[in-house]
Amino acid sequence: MDTAERKQLKLIACNVRKGIIEGTFNAKSGHPGGSLSIAELLTYLYFKEMKVDPANPKCEKRDRFVLSKGHAAPALYAVLAERGFFPVEDLKTLRKSDSYLQGHPNMNYVPGVDMSTGSLGQGVSTAVGMALAAQRSGDNFRVFTILGDGEIQEGQVWEAAMFAAAKKLSNLCVIVDNNNLQIDGTVEEVNSPYPIPEKFAAFGFNVIEIDGNCYCDIEKAFEAFNACNDKPTAIIAKTVKGKGVSFMENQVSWHGSAPNADQYAQAMAELDAAKTEIENA
Amino acid sequence: MADIIKTATRDAYGKALVELGDKMEKLVVFDADLAAATKTGMFKKAHPDKFIDCGIAEGNMMGVAAGMASAGYTVFASSFAMFAAGRAFEQVRNTICYPHLNVKIGATHAGISVGEDGASHQCCEDIALMRSIPGMTILNPADDVEARLAVLAAAEMDGPVYMRFGRLAVPRVFDENYKFEIGKGVYLTEGTDVTIVATGLMVERALAAAELLKAEGISAAVINMATIKPLDKEILLDAANKTGCIVTAEEHNIIGGLGSAVAEALAEIKPVPVLRVGVEDVFGKSGPALELLEIFGLNAANIVAKAKAAIVLK
Repeated sequence: MDTAERKQLKLIACNVRKGIIEGTFNAKSGHPGGSLSIAELLTYLYFKEMKVDPANPKCEKRDRFVLSKGHAAPALYAVLAERGFFPVEDLKTLRKSDSYLQGHPNMNYVPGVDMSTGSLGQGVSTAVGMALAAQRSGDNFRVFTILGDGEIQEGQVWEAAMFAAAKKLSNLCVIVDNNNLQIDGTVEEVNSPYPIPEKFAAFGFNVIEIDGNCYCDIEKAFEAFNACNDKPTAIIAKTVKGKGVSFMENQVSWHGSAPNADQYAQAMAELDAAKTEIENA
Repeated sequence: MADIIKTATRDAYGKALVELGDKMEKLVVFDADLAAATKTGMFKKAHPDKFIDCGIAEGNMMGVAAGMASAGYTVFASSFAMFAAGRAFEQVRNTICYPHLNVKIGATHAGISVGEDGASHQCCEDIALMRSIPGMTILNPADDVEARLAVLAAAEMDGPVYMRFGRLAVPRVFDENYKFEIGKGVYLTEGTDVTIVATGLMVERALAAAELLKAEGISAAVINMATIKPLDKEILLDAANKTGCIVTAEEHNIIGGLGSAVAEALAEIKPVPVLRVGVEDVFGKSGPALELLEIFGLNAANIVAKAKAAIVLK
């Protein structure tokens, strides 16, 4: 990734963040914190890593993405819109009764969404199933899934991890969005999942630890995933919840609440300023 | 008199899967460490490359099944009814039915005829659970002939299906000319005084009850209702019009199963007395299956008693 490309991806991530704020503001609800934390990861996946085609979203050999932490739907919708799967303008309809953009992703309504998710712990199993299908059919696509660090408190995540390693699903890339916050507090306060890398290693994964808001780290992590051909990969991505909007960063209260008009204006101004700064850098 | 053929519907499930494996390329069968009991072991032996044991993790199995189905496979996922419908309820609801994926759940060891294993394994709530999920089709075959046809039909249709099979060998009801259609009830005998709507192993017992009633001068129709959802309302309306009262018979809690479904339907289209034979909102217990069926009133005698009571209520 050269400087120009990184600059481009940074600008897209700003747009994704603006889409998240636009959607949650208009919906007057939703989950901005854990959406903002994964903007770089999703941007890199959809603009650099994954083989997808907005003109043919159901192409059988495409790479798949499962948002296991389905409440971060505003981020997935924003990146899909940026990538051209549907109009960016539609992000304003998030969570409205006449919109196809449900509070949590529905694969039958939204072009580009590969699996309906929202109930934590379940998406990762479906990603495992897709990876298994790719392995068996010879289509050889890759499957990426993002889990929350609170989500891995769900036992099903570890059922899925055990199974993925047992079946040597090297085409599966599990990404943990380790922003350290869940609804009731820090993940340690609620029910500590730490140490996360050691747990995935013990389950038989190729484990990579990165700064999940840094494109250089993200690029290296996916290179390591692609180089590994005998086991599934887990990328433990340290991120900042609420990243990119000053007053939302590292604040648990922004897990599941929407900005009001003033906060919306401030957030958009900050993101526009960030874009200008990137452009002028 | 020729010997009556007795086969467990789970055996027919295993055999039908083998048959499907011969002709369907994008088919996989999952089990959760119960292949010997659910009879998917037959499939595993015949088609080892299309069989995957997911281990004792039913929730994950349902999710993996959904993921494979989303990539174009037809997946049969098997376990005991208790774990397929009970343990994995939410996975079935959210990850299979909400996206309407092509996963066929083969649930064996349903009802109290599980026998000696006792209440922890005797699932009498699965129909109630599965029936409440939008878009789910529920098939509960009466014998091995119908079980085979149900499995083949499930494979043909698009979308999720819950198939309910038993552990106990049950008498064959249908011959080779029997035509099975999802969503259609079938008259097995005609009658004028009362209609017995039965499902699963209770069908054969309903036929026996009709014979006993006949001996007492009571004319009972018997309907085999193998598809519990979508329910055949037409045949129920016809039965209500012709006989004016209904008795349902199922190896399931009287709450939420066939009896509830029939009562709900008739309450809206043709209110007539509906009396339910089933497990009366209690847990099962250990014992030989045939003894348990007697103890819990899942027999012809109880159907006869309920039929007479229903006629009085007309």
